[in-house]
Amino acid sequence: MGLAANSAAAACIAVAIAAVFAVETLATEPPSHLNRSLKSATQFLSPELAAEQADDARNRGLLWVEQGATLWHAPADPGGTPDGASCRTCHQEAEATMRGVAARMPVFDVSRGRVLNLEGRINVCRTEKQRNDAWAYESPQLLAMTAYLSFQSRGMPKSATRDWPDTASGSGAPSGPAQNILDRGRTLWNERQGQFNLSCAQCHDDNVGRKLRGDTISSAVPTGYPAYRLEWDGLGSLHRRLRACQLGVRAVQFEHGSEEYLALEVYLAWRATGQLIEAPAIRR
Amino acid sequence: MVRSMIDHSSATNRAQPIRRDMVARPSRRDMVAGGIAACAYAVSPLVGWTQIAVAQTVPAKPLAQFETAWAELVQGRPLATGRLTLDIPRLAESGNSVSLKVAVASPMTAADHVQRIHLLSERNPIATIGRFHLTPSSGVAEVETSIRLATTQNVRAIAEMSDGTLQTASAEVVVLLGACLDPG
Amino acid sequence: MAPRATRIVMPATAKSGEIVRVRCLIQHPMVAGSTGPTGDGTSTTARNIIHTLTVSYAGADVFRADYQPGIAANPYTAFAFRAGASGDVVFTWSEDNGAVTTATRRLNVTP
Repeated sequence: MGLAANSAAAACIAVAIAAVFAVETLATEPPSHLNRSLKSATQFLSPELAAEQADDARNRGLLWVEQGATLWHAPADPGGTPDGASCRTCHQEAEATMRGVAARMPVFDVSRGRVLNLEGRINVCRTEKQRNDAWAYESPQLLAMTAYLSFQSRGMPKSATRDWPDTASGSGAPSGPAQNILDRGRTLWNERQGQFNLSCAQCHDDNVGRKLRGDTISSAVPTGYPAYRLEWDGLGSLHRRLRACQLGVRAVQFEHGSEEYLALEVYLAWRATGQLIEAPAIRR
Repeated sequence: MVRSMIDHSSATNRAQPIRRDMVARPSRRDMVAGGIAACAYAVSPLVGWTQIAVAQTVPAKPLAQFETAWAELVQGRPLATGRLTLDIPRLAESGNSVSLKVAVASPMTAADHVQRIHLLSERNPIATIGRFHLTPSSGVAEVETSIRLATTQNVRAIAEMSDGTLQTASAEVVVLLGACLDPG
Repeated sequence: MAPRATRIVMPATAKSGEIVRVRCLIQHPMVAGSTGPTGDGTSTTARNIIHTLTVSYAGADVFRADYQPGIAANPYTAFAFRAGASGDVVFTWSEDNGAVTTATRRLNVTP
């Protein structure tokens, strides 16, 4: 092929690519609240811990991902579905079918009129499909399964805005109950609490990057959870971390899976739109 | 106790009294190291504090259990330096896990190799942290692991060579305290 | 109890004489234990750790680690050995309660 023909071919390809991207941009406008200034705690890890998080041979959270993979393929517990169906029976291989699921959580379950986070959605399968008991928060099984499923979305942007109003003012909101939950989460975020009389916003919006003894305050981006936390010597859920925050300001803690934590989780996910999933992260 | 401004009427939020053991009081080491600053810091976390809170500025003496373990291990033999390197961060964000690498310059032949590498802590409750057994088929005398450190202290490594001699190295690690202690 | 989760990262093949570097993790809380009272003033916590990791290669021991409670939870260890014949690399972790976790990896050695 001559040089001129090559250039023409290249130009055609370039135009085609530009056209595709133009269509993509129009079709997927970022949410109007997209906050690119959020700093996940990964940015404030020491070089050693940041290296551990990034190294799949060192990241201890991956032990729970391994456990989750085993659970995914294991037949359901005795007393469950008569044929002992495993997760894999219905969902095939998680690498293929579960990619992006954790990035979209939490969702608003219209039929049940409530928020479902990843833990809640797993337990819907456990109780309704496998006809078994729900797994408790911080149980080895629920931690393993949430670690495994979150890992399938690693590197993908948080995109839990499908169900939640796109704008801060709520105009164009899909449904009243979803708007209410997002508002409740935002209120909890901004409300002072505890003996220290501090709100989440005061640290995680107003004082990001400043020191709290040896720690540097992050933007409280939830994308690293479930995370391996050195303070716990193990993996834990976002709700466990929220309990630690409330304890930190000497507030009465909510329960794992409570309506308050679910509302806060919705707000955190909405606020963190576009941030990349890092689970399982390493945290102090 | 200041009343929480959170709406407690929700059925899912049972009011609980805050137990004494849930309140993290400044520990003895905080008091010794940071004095008033540490106490004030623990209750007013939003001071404009840009320095890292250092637990101690002067390495404290080794504890008795270290001296005992060290003496039992060394057995009065001379300690050489220069061939053993202990690679460990100067600042550890948390004492729960501090990664390190220990390496000994050795040909790892049958005639000249490292038999054992010991890790000791000067100020942990138990002085011996771990022991690693190598053979000539190890190829290189290099081991990595993650250890716990109770406080700022010196970490010591000793390598027992096949000719009976000892190599050693020491490194001081400053262990930082996080913002909040989390018992739950 | 379900077997403990482990992760082993090492090459599947090596040239004869090459140094093979191994990195491994096992899930275990490494409870240091305490001899003093806990919060309620009555009970003590028993030590519960992995105390030994042994690794054999083509039937011969190549590495052993003796852990004390000062080893961090979910122990990470990295070590090396020289590639000789093709063979199984067998990892054995032993705990205080007598439980043992094993894992095997195959190393193919080319001349």
